[in-house]
Order: sequence, then C-alpha cells, then structure tokens
Amino acid sequence: MQNAVLELKGSSFTLSVLHINSKDLDRLLTELDAKLAQAPQFFVNAPLVLNLAKLADDLPDLAALKQALHQRNLFVVGLTGIDSAKADIAAKLQLPLMKSGKDSKNTPAKAVVPARSTKIVKQNVRSGQQIYAANADLIVFGAVSNGAEVIADGSIHVYGTLRGKAMAGAQGDNHAVIIAKTLSAELVSIAGNYWLSDSIQEHTNGSGACVRLDGESLIIESLPL
Amino acid sequence: MAQIIVVTSGKGGVGKTTSSAAIATGLALKGHKTVVIDFDIGLRNLDLIMGCERRVVYDFVNVINGEANLNQALIKDKRCDKLFVLPASQTRDKDALTKEGVGKVLEDLSKDFDYILCDSPAGIETGAMMALYFADTAIVTTNPEVSSVRDSDRILGMLQSRSRRAEQSLEPVKEYLLLTRYAPTRVKTGEMLSVEDVQEILAIPLLGVIPESQSVLKASNSGVPVIVDQQSDAGQAYADAVARLLGEDVPLRFVAEEKKGLLKRIFGS
Repeated sequence: MQNAVLELKGSSFTLSVLHINSKDLDRLLTELDAKLAQAPQFFVNAPLVLNLAKLADDLPDLAALKQALHQRNLFVVGLTGIDSAKADIAAKLQLPLMKSGKDSKNTPAKAVVPARSTKIVKQNVRSGQQIYAANADLIVFGAVSNGAEVIADGSIHVYGTLRGKAMAGAQGDNHAVIIAKTLSAELVSIAGNYWLSDSIQEHTNGSGACVRLDGESLIIESLPL
Repeated sequence: MAQIIVVTSGKGGVGKTTSSAAIATGLALKGHKTVVIDFDIGLRNLDLIMGCERRVVYDFVNVINGEANLNQALIKDKRCDKLFVLPASQTRDKDALTKEGVGKVLEDLSKDFDYILCDSPAGIETGAMMALYFADTAIVTTNPEVSSVRDSDRILGMLQSRSRRAEQSLEPVKEYLLLTRYAPTRVKTGEMLSVEDVQEILAIPLLGVIPESQSVLKASNSGVPVIVDQQSDAGQAYADAVARLLGEDVPLRFVAEEKKGLLKRIFGS
C-alpha cells in the first residue's frame, strides 16, 4: 500500500488578535506604529487576527488596512468578531472567518439551560436493556443487571443493586451523581469520566454509595442506605 | 382458554427440553389436558425426550403452512392420554415460524387444551421470540452459573418488552425461575452459585430446584420424561415444581447437601 503524502490534524496556535475600535485608518496606523516601536523585534512577521467586534457596520477600508499591516511585516491570517452573515467581507479579502474557542463554547452552554425532569423506571433493568433519560434524572426502583445500561443527562438513582453500567451527565454535566443502594457496577461514568469495576471495588465495601465528580476525578462516598 | 407457558432460558443446554417434557407430563398426570410444542425448528429434540420420534408424520411447520391439520400432527403420548406432542420440523429453519401462523395454531389449540407448553430454542432470535411472544407464563430455566444467569436475565428483559402482553400493555407475563442441574455439594465448595445468589440477581419467584442427577440422562436416552421416574430425586423435584405451578405450597427439597450414611462415608459414593 502506498503511504499517504498528507495528513489532516487539528492543532491549536496562540495568535495575536488586533482589536479594531475605530474606522479611522490614519488614527489606527499612528497608534499601531507607537505600539510596534515599543517592541519592534517581537512583532516581526507575526500572524495577526483582526477582531472587528466593536465596529458594527461602520468598517474601515480593510483592504488598505491589510496592506498597511503587511508593509510593517505583520500578516493578517483571519477575521473574527463579525457574524457569519457578513462572510463576504472576509471572502473579498481572501481571509478566513475565525471563531475563538470562547465563542464556540458559549453557544451550547446556553442550549443546556432548560430545567430537567425525572424519568422513573419501576422494574428491574435486565441484561441487554438500555434506558436513556434525555435531559432528565433517572430513578430505578429495582436492580440494574450485569449487561444492562442506564444513561441520564442528569443524575442516576438506583434503589436496588447496580451491577451494570451507569452513565450520568451524558451531555457533560459535571454536577451529576450516581447513587446506588448497592454499588457493584461494571462501569460508572460522570460527564465522560469513568471507572471500571476494578477501580470501583477498591473504593466501596458493597454498600450504598454515591459517585460524584471532584474536579477531574471521580470519588465514591459510602452512604447508609 | 388454555394457559400458554413458555419454557425458555437464552442459553442452550440448560435443560429446557427436559423440563418441558417433565412439566408437560406432570400437568397431564394431574389430569390437565396438555400439549407440548417443540419450537426448535431444525433441531428437533422434544420427540426424542418424549419417546415418540418414530411416530412423527406431520409437524408444527406443516400445520402453520396448512399442509396438515392439527389432529394429523398432534401425537398422543403412550403413557398418558391427556398429553399431546406437537413436534418441530427437522428439515426447515426458524424463519418458517410467523407470528400469524403461530398465533393461529395456539388459538386453535386453546379451544381444546388446558395447558400449552412451548419448548423454546436457545438464543434470542426468531425461534425464541416466537416461543415467548404469546406466553401467559414463563418458566426461565437456569443453571447455577454466571453465563446462564446472565442469559436468563436477558430473556426476562425480552419477556418484559417483546412479548404480546408487553406490546399490548396487558398484565405482564408471570415469570418463574426453574433452577436445574443444582449440586449442593459444589455450591458448598463455592464452585456453583447458590439458590439465593441466583434469586438475588434474577429477582423472580422460584418454581423449583432440580438436582443434578444421573436419572435425567437415563430418562432422556430411554425417551421417558424424568418425572415419570418418581424414585429419582430429579423426578420428585419436577413433581414439586408442577405442584407449585398449579398453586400448591410445597417445601423446597434437594437444596441441602445429602447427609452421607456411615457406610457411604467409609466406602465413598
């Protein structure tokens, strides 16, 4: 088989972002020159992202600005702070529209906000069965067998023996917990942080327990249930 | 209306057919008109255990396809005139069973019989699903070891979600645990799960515990259901299970280690 001659991988880079707060090109360049004079070496051939968030529709002549920056050995590699409806501005300049990590994280967080409900299962969850409580806490009045899976976007309560797999905070809620009358699970997971039965056994005595997330790692507290 | 009982397990080789034959015979001997149906299409065994393999002319699939009527296919047991066997086809496969076909046959049988026993094949595919779909009662045959217990658990999940009673939101299928091939000595040494262990995991009422016994193999080979041999421990245990199925309160036997007599202790068993 022939070896691939290219590979596509994601990496993150630290880029300087130039925030543009005025459409007056002359004022911008005067201020910029003053800044560059403080540390001339630092900015040589530096890639720059222009942030236009402060300017609504009142944009400066971006082509001229790009040109002026280039003369000062600064390379504009992208635009940010303009909504995607105005993508043609970036296209004209042959620059990509960029979204900072902060912006993209904020959007789904808002979507998760709606209040949670509760799903109740009044029987044993048998091997091979899978129960998912979407945007809800899950309460099982019975046991969860080996080979069964209970999943919830919220917390999971099992008022019986938990022998199967339990995954709480399936959409990434760090505050979700798993509570079982007897914890002897194959796997417990909270917001993607999981332990297999071996690790669980080390931290329990086979009694009631609460599994929660403390920072990055799971902890199991025994409960007198 | 007949009561439809499925004998099922998920796992193979745990004693479904042996148990079907024994329980069907037990019900018939108690005076209930009973038919036992072999759902293991392609791997016909029930007729051997019942000792009627030489009398099979038409089978279950022939009846479903309308190639024979029920009276032609039903085989009357030679020991008990209340007992009938509907054998499986050996030349077909499980796809020959359709929900409509099976439903029609069971409906016709319901008019004449008190109990219909469905001997399920192993697995969770078409054959097993057809056997359990119409059930009113399920006897989950389980050996005291982890893989069998887990498969039984899976089947219990299927009964709760895939049976006719579940689909039509009727009263759920009555589930009973039948623990077979139980050896108290090996339970004591920790080689085998105990009755309590299995019951704790499966959490369904116990119908009976059948001890591991030489008499079962002997009975199978001679084509006589083991329940007929009332001298044997397994035969007696099946009789107890049948009594419990009929609502009698019978104490559990053969679950404790047999006390050996002085001679046995000296000379071994």
